Amino acid sequence: MTAFSPAIDRFELDYAAARRAARRVNLVSTLLFAICFFAAAWIGGFFDMTQVTLPGGDRVEMWKIWAGLPRLGEYLYKTLPVLHWDSLGADLADWFWRWKVWLRLLLETVLIAYLATLFGIVGAFLLSFPASRNLSPNPLVLNVTRRYLEIVRTVPDLVWALIFVFCFGVGPLAGVLAIGLHATGALGKLYSEANENADMRPLEGIKASGGSWFDQIRYGIVPQVVPNIISYTLLRFEINVRSSSIIGFVGAGGLGQEIRVAMSLQEYTDLSALFLIIFVTVIVIDMLSENVRHRIIGLTGKGV
Amino acid sequence: MTDLSLDLDKARRLVPDAFRTSPRTRLLRFLGWTAFLLLTGWCLWDFGFSPARIVDGAQRLATVLAFMFPPHIWTTWAEWQEVLKGLGETVAMAFMGTLLGALVAFPLAFLGAKNILPSTWLRLGVRRGFDALRAVEQLILALVFIRAFGLGPLAGILAIAVSEVGTFSKLFSEAIENTSTKPVDGIKASGGGPLQTIRYAVLPQALPVILSVVLYNFESNTRTGTILGIVGAGGIGFLLADRIHAYRWPEAWTIIFLIIFMVYLIDGFSGFLRKRIIGG
Repeated sequence: MTAFSPAIDRFELDYAAARRAARRVNLVSTLLFAICFFAAAWIGGFFDMTQVTLPGGDRVEMWKIWAGLPRLGEYLYKTLPVLHWDSLGADLADWFWRWKVWLRLLLETVLIAYLATLFGIVGAFLLSFPASRNLSPNPLVLNVTRRYLEIVRTVPDLVWALIFVFCFGVGPLAGVLAIGLHATGALGKLYSEANENADMRPLEGIKASGGSWFDQIRYGIVPQVVPNIISYTLLRFEINVRSSSIIGFVGAGGLGQEIRVAMSLQEYTDLSALFLIIFVTVIVIDMLSENVRHRIIGLTGKGV
Repeated sequence: MTDLSLDLDKARRLVPDAFRTSPRTRLLRFLGWTAFLLLTGWCLWDFGFSPARIVDGAQRLATVLAFMFPPHIWTTWAEWQEVLKGLGETVAMAFMGTLLGALVAFPLAFLGAKNILPSTWLRLGVRRGFDALRAVEQLILALVFIRAFGLGPLAGILAIAVSEVGTFSKLFSEAIENTSTKPVDGIKASGGGPLQTIRYAVLPQALPVILSVVLYNFESNTRTGTILGIVGAGGIGFLLADRIHAYRWPEAWTIIFLIIFMVYLIDGFSGFLRKRIIGG
C-alpha cells in the first residue's frame, strides 16, 4: 500500500484488472484464430500426403504440396511455345494457329460483356430507386427489392450461367442473361447507395412545386447521381469482361469454351495463347475505362 | 411581362447558342444514338435473341424456378454431411486463401508505396506486377493448380491466394501511402531508423485499413469461392454443379439457399469483427 491516497491505490487496482481483462481477450482470440487456422489448413488438405513414383521406380509417401510443385513447373513449362529468333513469324503463326476463331470469339466475349452491362444498367437503374431508403414509396417495396438484389448478386454468375444454359440452350444468350442478372444485383446496390447519398433538397423543391414521384426522381435525383452511375458502370464493365472470358467454360459463349477444349485435348500451347489473349484484352479494357473514368471525374469532380 | 420577353429577345440575339443545340452537337448525338442502336441490335440478332427462343426459355426457367418451393430437405445424415462439408470447405478455402494472400502481399506492399520506396522506376515496376497478377482470372489459376495438386480444396486455396496477392498488394500500398507524415517526422526526430519508423509511425495508421480490407476480401472470397468448385477446386460449387447437371433442381435450389445463408452469416460475422477490431 502506498502512502499517497486511496484514490491512487484504487486506480492501480483498476488498471491491473483492465490489463488482465485485455490479456484474457487477447489470449482467447489468438487461440480461436489458431484453431480456425489449423482447421482450415486441415480441411484444405495442407497436411495431406500423397504417393509419388520416384524416377527409380519406388513409390513413396510425400507431402502433397511438395509433390505438386514440380508438376506445376512441368505443366507451366509445357504451355510455353517454341519460339526461335530466326523463324519467329512461322513460330508465332504456329502458336496462334486458330487466330481466326479466337478473334471472333474474342469479339463475342467483349460483346457479351457489353450487352450484359447494358441489361445490368437498365435493371439496376429501375430497381435502385425502390431499393434506396430515402426514395422508396413504402417499406415493403424497399425490402422486397433489396432482398431480390442481394440474392441475385450473391449467387455467382457462373451458377446463373449453368441454370440459363439449361433453359436457353448453349450459346452467348445464356451468358448475357447470367452476367446481366449478376450485374443487376451488384450495380443495383451501388446505384441505391449513390441515391441514398444524394442531396434531398432538390427533390423537396420539386415536391413543393407539385411534382409526382417520377418527376421528383427524374429532376431531383437523377442529375445528381449520373456521374457516380457512369463510373460504377465502367468498373462493372471491366468485371464483366473478365467474367465473360471464362463463362464459356460452362457453355455460355465466349473464349471460355476454347479454354475447355484446349484443356481436354491437352493442347498446351493453345492454353498459353488463349491466356495471353484474355490477359491483353483485360488490361487494354481496364486502361481505356480508367481513362474515361478519370476524364469524368475531371469534368464533374464526382464519381469513383 | 413585356420587359422580360424583350430581355429574352435581346439575350437570344446576343448568345444564340445558349438557346438551341448547335447542329454539330445534334449531329453527334444522332450519330451516337445510331451507333448505339445498331451495335445493340446487331448483338441481339447475333446472339439469337428471338422472341420464340426467349418465350421458350422463360417457360423452362419457370419450371426450374417452380422447384424452389417447397424446398428440398435431405432426410439422412449422410446427405447433410456431404453438403455441410462442402459449405465448410468453401469457408475454409476463403479463409486460408485470403490469409495466405495477405501474408505474402504485406511485405510486397511496402515496395509499392511511394513514402517507403521513393525510387520511381522500381516502384512502378512493382505496381505493374500487381496489375498483371490481378488481370489473371481466378478460375484459370484454379485450373492450373488442379493439374498440379489434383482435384480438391488445395487448388482452390492456392488460386484464391495468388489472385489475392495482386489485389492486396495494391490496396495495402495505397493504405500505406495514405498515412500522415507527422508521426514519421516525430520518430525520425527522436533518432529512429527506417524500420522503427515503419513499425511505430506507419503501421499503427495503416493496420486498421489493412485489416478491414482483409475482412472485406474474405467476405467476397466466400461468395466467389463457390465457382471454384464448379471446375473441381473444392467447396460447395462442385455439389451444386453436380446437382444442376443431373437436373436435380430441388436439391440445387436448397444448396443455393444454403450458400446465400452462409454468405449472410459470414457477412454478419465479419461486420462484428470489423467493429470489434477497428471500432466502427
